[in-house]
Amino acid sequence: MDVSTPTMPAEPGAGQNDRVVTARAVTRVFRRPEVGAALAAVAIFLIFALDPVSQPLWLSQAGLVGWLTQAWQFGIMAVPVGLLMIGGEFDLSAGVMTGSTAILTGLLANGFGWNIWLCIAVSAVFAVLVGLFNGILVVRTKLPSFIVTLATFFILRGTSVGLVEALNANSTVVTVLNPPAGADSARAIFGGTVGASPAYPVALIWWLVATILGMILLSRTTVGNWIFAAGGEPNAARNVGVPVGATKVLLFVLTALGAWLVGTIQFTAGLSAVSEQGVGYELYYIVAAVVGGCLLTGGYGSVLGSSIGAAIIGMALQGVIYARWPSQWGFAFLGILLLFGVIVNAVTFRQAQRARR
Amino acid sequence: MTGTPAPAAQAPASAGDGAPLLEARHVSKYFGSVIALRDVSLQVHAGEVTCVLGDNGAGKSSLIKTLSGVFPPDEGEILVDGQPIRFSGPREARAHGIATVFQDLATVPMMSVWRNFFLGQEPTRSFGPVRFLDQGRAKDVMRVEMAKMGINVSDPNQYVGTLSGGERQAVAISRAVYFGARVLILDEPTSALGVRQSGIVLRYVLQARDMGRGVILITHNPHHAYPVGDRFVLLKLGQVMGSFTKDQIDVAQLTQMMAGGEELAQLSHELQRVSGDLPAARAAAQALAEDAARTV
Repeated sequence: MDVSTPTMPAEPGAGQNDRVVTARAVTRVFRRPEVGAALAAVAIFLIFALDPVSQPLWLSQAGLVGWLTQAWQFGIMAVPVGLLMIGGEFDLSAGVMTGSTAILTGLLANGFGWNIWLCIAVSAVFAVLVGLFNGILVVRTKLPSFIVTLATFFILRGTSVGLVEALNANSTVVTVLNPPAGADSARAIFGGTVGASPAYPVALIWWLVATILGMILLSRTTVGNWIFAAGGEPNAARNVGVPVGATKVLLFVLTALGAWLVGTIQFTAGLSAVSEQGVGYELYYIVAAVVGGCLLTGGYGSVLGSSIGAAIIGMALQGVIYARWPSQWGFAFLGILLLFGVIVNAVTFRQAQRARR
Repeated sequence: MTGTPAPAAQAPASAGDGAPLLEARHVSKYFGSVIALRDVSLQVHAGEVTCVLGDNGAGKSSLIKTLSGVFPPDEGEILVDGQPIRFSGPREARAHGIATVFQDLATVPMMSVWRNFFLGQEPTRSFGPVRFLDQGRAKDVMRVEMAKMGINVSDPNQYVGTLSGGERQAVAISRAVYFGARVLILDEPTSALGVRQSGIVLRYVLQARDMGRGVILITHNPHHAYPVGDRFVLLKLGQVMGSFTKDQIDVAQLTQMMAGGEELAQLSHELQRVSGDLPAARAAAQALAEDAARTV
């Protein structure tokens, strides 16, 4: 009993109430959406730490950098994709967008010889436009975002191959051979590394920053409140004046900008980009968000959980290599985790929905 | 919608001057050839409860939507504080202090009580250029406001989905009152609830009334309407079948009018004709006939 009405007599037996309170404190911790992901992350870390084949590398710094390098590519995207999922939508174009923005930056640098920062800025504008396109289309047509962004996915995928081949001497690899102005500073900020052996990617800082900003946005700001409401019960939200459509459009723009950040990091690391880079990764982002406790139907989830979900994917994919298991086992792992995550979420959802009528 | 919400200190201001807070005068609404409302008039005063009673299809939801600014009336006018007004949309109606609480669309179940309470009108605190939710204040205000409704919320982080149906209505009602609603339009607040929960919600209605708010209670249940209502408007097929103050009608008459006396008589004849010699059916027909006779 959390809410009592005045006509009802006080609960008998204070001791009994205390027990209820302690029980609830424990269940409340377990009901936090990211707790399941955190436990799974620990379990997976222990598996590869205890496996005699993977153990030496797994517990070394080089091994750490190995799986973190896998993980940040999912992690930076898991933040906006998780927010978008909490807001009740999907973006299947998120993966291909990482490649499209990188390619665009490369084509601009090659074609015009602009300062690399200008090329990156133009790519950012492009990303915002794609996000607006996805978002406005979903909000206006009221079609499922699954279908709308699937269309965007194919358009971007086709264009980034076709356009690149047309502009780039029939090659799908865009390499900037004469580094334009700003290439060094852009690499230091985005695609560089820190330290020599092993070298930690700067991208890890971006992942951390994205996670912290995402957490603040979701739980500490007005917009965060609107995100939960837009995904949880959009009609109720509209009735009390929440700009549901604008909130969703913002989330699509954030997702596209996240893809732009990943694409920029990947491009500046080696000053090259490949068509179809990032294709298929959109599913990993969704896995990360779901394993991290985001509800597929929206309205519930966690940014921290999504980031932990990305770490889990990085560990699973890299761990099986260290352990010299056939690499397919990494996918089997992910499949099991996904099922686990979905079931945990469903149970949580049902508990929260259970009403005393 | 950001910024610090203004508490409704001035809410019952116009209670004294006699003009109804909200009034519909000869309102009609057509959808193509369908008459949704025809010549409907009703008023709600500060500190009063006006009940709108009607069966399914009586035009209750068309009336709500007209009063709450979702669409304008085709004929007749809406008056706020005695002044004719034409709402551009629900937002403008809200700005005039008219808040609508929809039965199942009032709260977000997967959000905490305090987040729901302030949804769309969150209190913020600035740190430099950035504005953050003022969680401490939000939780304090929510506790105080819910206490005014007679509800003690021990855990503001509790999900609204874990509350009972009546308590969820209470969150929506106290939120509307706090944010300056002078007129509360409650859409079937008790229809999905059990007896006890309905009683709780009806008490919140009285609580809001005693705070000087006007309440329009839409329901199909005369037993819920009568104990709390000051005025009763009966709708049928988009038209007002009768409009009464409490001293003009009792609950039995209200029930009869709701069911429709003439129709009961007709139903009784039908039953008699079909039943032939079946004693149970004859008894039922007899009972219906007596009911009908009492009404007319």
